[in-house]
Amino acid sequence: MQTKRMTFPGRFLPYALLAPQVIITLIFFIWPAGKAMYQSLLREDAFGLRTTFVGLENFARLFRDGDYLNSLSVTAVFAVGTTLISMSVALLLASTVNRMIRSRSTYTTLLVWPYAIAPAIAGVLWWFIFNPSIGIVPYLLDMVGYNWNHRTSGNDAMLLVVLAAAWKQISYNFLFFLAGMQSIPQSLIEAAAIDGASPMKRFWTIVFPLLTPTTFFLMVVNVVYAMFDTFGIIHATTQGGPSQATNTLVYKVYADGFIGLNLGSSAAQSVILMVIVILLTVVQFRFIERRVNY
Amino acid sequence: MASITLERLKKTYSGNVDAVRGIDLAIEDGEFVVLVGPSGCGKSTLLRMVAGLETITDGTLKIGDKVVNHLEPAERDIAMVFQNYALYPHMTVYNNLAYGLKNRGFKKDDIESRVNTAAKMLEIEDFLQRKPRQLSGGQRQRVAMGRALVREPAAFLFDEPLSNLDAKLRVQMRVEIKQLQRRLKTTSLYVTHDQLEAMTLGDRLVVLNAGEIEQVGTPMEIFARPATMFVAEFIGSPAMNMLPLEYLHDQKSGGVLTNLPEGTDTVGVRPDDMHLTPPDMPYLTIEGTLMLFEAAGAESHLYVNLASSEQPTVIRTAGQPPVREGETLRFYVTRDALHPFNSTTRKRTGS
Repeated sequence: MQTKRMTFPGRFLPYALLAPQVIITLIFFIWPAGKAMYQSLLREDAFGLRTTFVGLENFARLFRDGDYLNSLSVTAVFAVGTTLISMSVALLLASTVNRMIRSRSTYTTLLVWPYAIAPAIAGVLWWFIFNPSIGIVPYLLDMVGYNWNHRTSGNDAMLLVVLAAAWKQISYNFLFFLAGMQSIPQSLIEAAAIDGASPMKRFWTIVFPLLTPTTFFLMVVNVVYAMFDTFGIIHATTQGGPSQATNTLVYKVYADGFIGLNLGSSAAQSVILMVIVILLTVVQFRFIERRVNY
Repeated sequence: MASITLERLKKTYSGNVDAVRGIDLAIEDGEFVVLVGPSGCGKSTLLRMVAGLETITDGTLKIGDKVVNHLEPAERDIAMVFQNYALYPHMTVYNNLAYGLKNRGFKKDDIESRVNTAAKMLEIEDFLQRKPRQLSGGQRQRVAMGRALVREPAAFLFDEPLSNLDAKLRVQMRVEIKQLQRRLKTTSLYVTHDQLEAMTLGDRLVVLNAGEIEQVGTPMEIFARPATMFVAEFIGSPAMNMLPLEYLHDQKSGGVLTNLPEGTDTVGVRPDDMHLTPPDMPYLTIEGTLMLFEAAGAESHLYVNLASSEQPTVIRTAGQPPVREGETLRFYVTRDALHPFNSTTRKRTGS
């Protein structure tokens, strides 16, 4: 196929048109990233008066640090929990909405609303709902004899941040699942119905396998979201506590750098995060290109 | 194997849109019935009602002796071939064929032997391990047929199965479907908008228009004696010409045609029944100006403007007659080639 090729009269115009994007990328992405990489090799004294070059010492320390290793596993639990909950709820909602005919667009609109809410606001919302002294859920749980307190119980705290983070992501997943389901030809479902498959069986043997590309794409997006975009939620609800129970990698970068003022270690942590993002992106592109399964 | 009986079957969509307006039809065991009509005539809706994919608003549907109005598609013991084949894209051909059997709890070796038999019959044995997207249109069509016949259902339902194929393949598959149905003797209901497909495939045709039956009969009955003007114009290609009586002149008297059944004000003449040379029998004549001459190899189509008629009249002759465009021609029609109609009731006149 012939591609349309634009030709510019001079050399100046194309560069000028590209410049804004390039400048923004350089100033807000490349420069800080480079700065972080450089800083990860330095150590400052407590007053910020002297900086020493320490090589990879910051990284070595991190992997000896129990708190950091704990943060790794906390992040893993958090990311897996958030992804599982948000995706399965979204799948359930999408398959339900997909069966509606007239009310479909109303439900879709309503279900998309949470996505428009800022993470911090979502965090505050859940903080209120689960507030041990004034929240509705602890009050209800108390009736069945469970004493909810995410300020003292690490498990409660984790459940809270997972719920808050998952809730916010459901809308996004829902939209993709719904679009995925609508692109499955109706005749396939009808053929399966004639072939004697019950609605449940149809879902698991026809619809779900055909959604594999969507599912895989969403899985990566959700893991990335849980690992990097949930700072606001954690900051508004648990601030990483109690005793490191919800201190994810991203939150730890902030806590160590801006509260602990250990800039070298914080920079080293962000470099590690950067590597993780790059790896996830590579995985995503590799597999999405291959269209998984069929 | 079973008969299918439709009694006053109706389908009304929300907003009082009548898609099917009371269809009575008895399909005998082993019969191949084709539903034919223009798009929007309700033929697909009717088929989907038989399949159980559309609810029945009113009337009774029986497969065999059992009323199946409220049964799920799976419980009706039918198989359907879809227009877009509806093969499961993530399954191999083998699994596509086996899916319905697995769902019905067939034993593993039973499934295997049935799939292999069907695959052999349709010559798709070599593709059993492939995915549908690796197959050509014709091969997909065969797989879709295979999926229908492995279960040995009481009836096959075909929803325009050939319309996605190219012309050559369509003819080939048409022949194969016919042979297969002859061999298996399974009751079949086939929907198409293609009158040629309908004529060649069906034991009986059901011509539908606007949700109602226009005529039921064998292909030749319908061709030879169309019951309504709609059927007359729909079946046969090029379509039958509808002429006002005054265009036809009697050979002897030169006057207007007489002796037609009461109420006749229009006569239909098939394009092949208008000749350029006078026949041996008594004949009628029509005159007109040749507008366009179309040579189509073995035959030619002549588009003729009769006095003050809006639509050109089409004449088909063998070979290539020596005519020029713009010339006034005289055509000869024998009396038995006339189909008398009343243009108000749009029905055939006489008995």
